[in-house]
Amino acid sequence: MTNKQFSLQDAVSELVSDGDVVALEGFTHLIPFAAGHEIIRQGIRDLTLVRMTPDIVADQLVGAGCVSKLIFAFTGNSSVGSLYAIRRAVENGSVSPIEIEEYSHYGLLARYQAGASGVPFMPIRSYAGSDLPGVNPNLKRVTSPFDSEVETYVVPALNPDVAIVHAQRADASGNVQSWGILGPQQEVAFASRKTIVLVEEIVDDGVIRSDPNRTIIPGFAVDAVVECGYGAHPSFAQGYYDRDNDFYRAWSDISKDPQKLEQWIQEWIHDVGNHAGYLNKLGNNYFERLTPVALLSTPVNYGSVL
Amino acid sequence: MITKQAERMEEARNSYTASELLAAVSCRLLQGKRRVFAGIGLPTLAVALAQKSSSPDIEQIYESGVCGAHPPRLPETIADASLATGAEAILTMPVLFGYVLQGGWIDVGFLGAAQIDRYGSLNTTVIGPWHAPKVRLPGSGGAVEVMANSHEVFVVLRRHNPESFVDKLDFCTSPSLAAARKAAPKVPTRGLGVTTVITDLGVLKADETGELCLASVHEGVTVEQVRAATGWPLRLMESITVTAAPTPEELRLLREEIDPSRVYLR
Repeated sequence: MTNKQFSLQDAVSELVSDGDVVALEGFTHLIPFAAGHEIIRQGIRDLTLVRMTPDIVADQLVGAGCVSKLIFAFTGNSSVGSLYAIRRAVENGSVSPIEIEEYSHYGLLARYQAGASGVPFMPIRSYAGSDLPGVNPNLKRVTSPFDSEVETYVVPALNPDVAIVHAQRADASGNVQSWGILGPQQEVAFASRKTIVLVEEIVDDGVIRSDPNRTIIPGFAVDAVVECGYGAHPSFAQGYYDRDNDFYRAWSDISKDPQKLEQWIQEWIHDVGNHAGYLNKLGNNYFERLTPVALLSTPVNYGSVL
Repeated sequence: MITKQAERMEEARNSYTASELLAAVSCRLLQGKRRVFAGIGLPTLAVALAQKSSSPDIEQIYESGVCGAHPPRLPETIADASLATGAEAILTMPVLFGYVLQGGWIDVGFLGAAQIDRYGSLNTTVIGPWHAPKVRLPGSGGAVEVMANSHEVFVVLRRHNPESFVDKLDFCTSPSLAAARKAAPKVPTRGLGVTTVITDLGVLKADETGELCLASVHEGVTVEQVRAATGWPLRLMESITVTAAPTPEELRLLREEIDPSRVYLR
């Protein structure tokens, strides 16, 4: 088995380049914040950032000047405020505008599915009567080849240069296991040319093989696996740590003021040097209040006749 | 004296906030429904209230893929860790959007919006022009899918005013059934579109053409007030009722069992 373990620094510097189409995925759960911070630290520029739900990590990447184009479906900070770096970049009169390409959730997910499946496009039931096709020429209406009386919208396949996702655990050869809310991680991993997976812990392959149905991305589809505990903070990793809602609530104030944002990025991304430095700055007992009460699943029997 | 005090206490118990009223109204409208697709907030309260009163079998399905949630605390987001804890199912995204939504399993979808028009088309994208917006809003997310695939849609808007209830949307994110059929008659549609809009002033219901008409006003609100707050010439249903106030039992359930720390009962 190939050992695909990388340090976070090496994974990002070897697999992510200026100008790449990079998908950072995770649907509220398991957002690869540590990887986003490493991209900022390395000063990677001119990225097309793909993310179904650009949130704080996207706001940070835009605020740090790494992104020239954003492909997305919903950009917001749940119900606790706005993402001001993104808004400053796309609203009228922006001084450093970025390009945007806008979908709905299933529209963008279907692009990953088509990309992962190697088909040119995917039909979906949405968009009739919406203004979205008017601002995004990738949303096209076609006639069914099977019935001239039926039309459907289609979205084109998307194959990002790199997918970056976070998961609970993997073995050294990159067999990735995840549970809880799964997001589009499996789809984007298969759609992308290269895939980096950050995990809370690298475990013995016996642990993975004790529960193979839990593997969402097999090792062959992974280029780099990085052990990065608490790497999804301030989002969460089911069973490891809960969402840091206080941080989410605090973000609007930081991001609203460009100077405050710049200072935050300097202090919490550059000055800390790496993810270990970030955790160190959070402090020893920081995750105590976010530690979940254990609720273990009942094991299942994978046995067979010898 | 004692009687007066008791009366006042009784009155305080029976007075209610706008959120409590909206939750109770939404809950009654859910009677007989089975699967509800909704985000966090008022719809969560409405479904929880329905579960504990009129519709014990009703189930909320979350965009994050969680079905049959039994959260140990009120969730803060649609993908809260507590939704996964003890849930009956967590589906992958292609299953949720492809099979559950597009497959036609959703009876009622709840949506919100910055703007709504008279047929229930919704704007959650921009105020001003898309290319140079005055305000950039979050965008569709799954709203287009919920609109196109639910058997009917309820819209909850806490602020009924002419800026939200507009004659023409700045941007049509999620089209009403009428708008979808007009724009692309050969694209299959499903269900009834927006049937009900619940606001802080009253309840609007769609007539047979899909036009939203005033069906009831909340206690203390006049028809004229609602008309003045609506950006199109609002038509009235044949008989306008006064929205029934939350019952003491509904208030007790909301306050004591469902949201005792008032996460959503603002």
